[in-house]
Amino acid sequence: MSFLDYLLGRRRNTAEIARERLQIILAREHTNRNAPDYLPALQQDILEVVAKYIPIDLQDIRVNLEREGDYEVLELNIPLSDDARGTTIRATTRAR
Amino acid sequence: MAKIIVVTSGKGGVGKTTTSASFGAGLALRGHKTVVVDFDIGLRNLDLIMGCERRVVYDFVNVINKDARLNQALVRDKRVEHLYMLPASQTRDKDVLTREGVDRVFHELQQELGFEYIVCDSPAGIEKGARMALYFADEAIVVTNPEIASVRDSDRILGILSANSRRAEEGMEPVKPYLLVTRYNPDRVEQGEMLSLETVKELLGIPLIGVIPESESVLNASNLGTPVILDEKSKAGVAYSDVVDRFLGENRPLRFISTERTSLLRRFFGG
Repeated sequence: MSFLDYLLGRRRNTAEIARERLQIILAREHTNRNAPDYLPALQQDILEVVAKYIPIDLQDIRVNLEREGDYEVLELNIPLSDDARGTTIRATTRAR
Repeated sequence: MAKIIVVTSGKGGVGKTTTSASFGAGLALRGHKTVVVDFDIGLRNLDLIMGCERRVVYDFVNVINKDARLNQALVRDKRVEHLYMLPASQTRDKDVLTREGVDRVFHELQQELGFEYIVCDSPAGIEKGARMALYFADEAIVVTNPEIASVRDSDRILGILSANSRRAEEGMEPVKPYLLVTRYNPDRVEQGEMLSLETVKELLGIPLIGVIPESESVLNASNLGTPVILDEKSKAGVAYSDVVDRFLGENRPLRFISTERTSLLRRFFGG
C-alpha cells in the first residue's frame, strides 16, 4: 500500500485483517483440538433434552471441555432467551 | 538409524511435492543416501516432478503386497547420485497402505539398503494417506503459503502431528516440526497484501527452516522434470539449498525476504 493510498484511506491493509481472523479462528480451534469426536453429537443430544423444558436459542450455546486435575469437565453454557441469565450445565467425567 | 522426514501441509497446491523433490535431491547432493517416497496413492506425481515417470515399473503398493521386491520398485535418479524415489501406486483403493506394510518397507530401506534419509511426500488433506505419511516421522517440514487457508490447515496438521504420530503414541520425544514458507512475495507483503513471514511464524509457533520466494523457475523446473534445487541460477533453487544446509545444522541467513529497492516515487504513488 503506497503512502498516498494511506493518506487518502483508499485501501485497507488486507494482510492485517487476515492476521486478526487467523488469530481468532486458531485460538478457537485449539480449545477444541483435544476434544473427543463424540462431543458434537453429545452436545446436540443434551440440547434436545434441555429444549424440551426451556426455550433456548440453539445459536447461542458454548461448549467447553477442560481438564481439572484427574477430571475432565464438560461445560455447556446455555443463555436463557427471555431473561439474559445464563444456565450452566456441568458434566464431570473421570479422565482415562 | 535413518531419519524419517515428512513433507506435509494439509492444504493442497502449496508446494509439498516440489519441496520433497528438492529437499531429497539436496540431501543426496551433499552425499547422503536419500529416498523420496510418494504417499499420494491414486494420484502419483512425484515421478513427474523428479523427471523419472518413464522408468516407473513397480510401486510402493506392489512392495507392500509383496508383488515386487523393494529394489525393483526403487527408481534411481540419473542426475543425482545417492538419490532414489519410491513411486505411489495409481490404484484407487487407499486401504492398501497398512502400518505394518509401511513399517516393513521403511525398516528394509534403513537396515538392508542403508538409506540415511527417508523423505515422505504427503498427499493433501487429513485422510488416511496423509496420516500414514506423517505417522512414522521423526521430523516434519510443514509447507505453508502466506495465505489464510494454508496457515489454518498447517495448524491443523500440527495438531495431528502432536497427537497421532508414532512418536506421540509410543510416548517418545515428539515429532520436530519446521515451518517452510513457500510462494513468498516480499513486494506484496510490503504493500500489506500478504501475510508476513513474522506473522505466519508467530501464528504457527514453530521454528522456521526457510522461505522460498514465489518464482517462475518452479513451474519451469516442473515442466522439465528437474527438481528446482538443481537450477542454481534461480532464487527458489538457492533458497531450497539453504533449507537443506540449515536442516543439516549449518547457519544460513534468510534470503529474498525483503523487497528489492523500489523508487521513492513508486512507493509514494503505488503500483
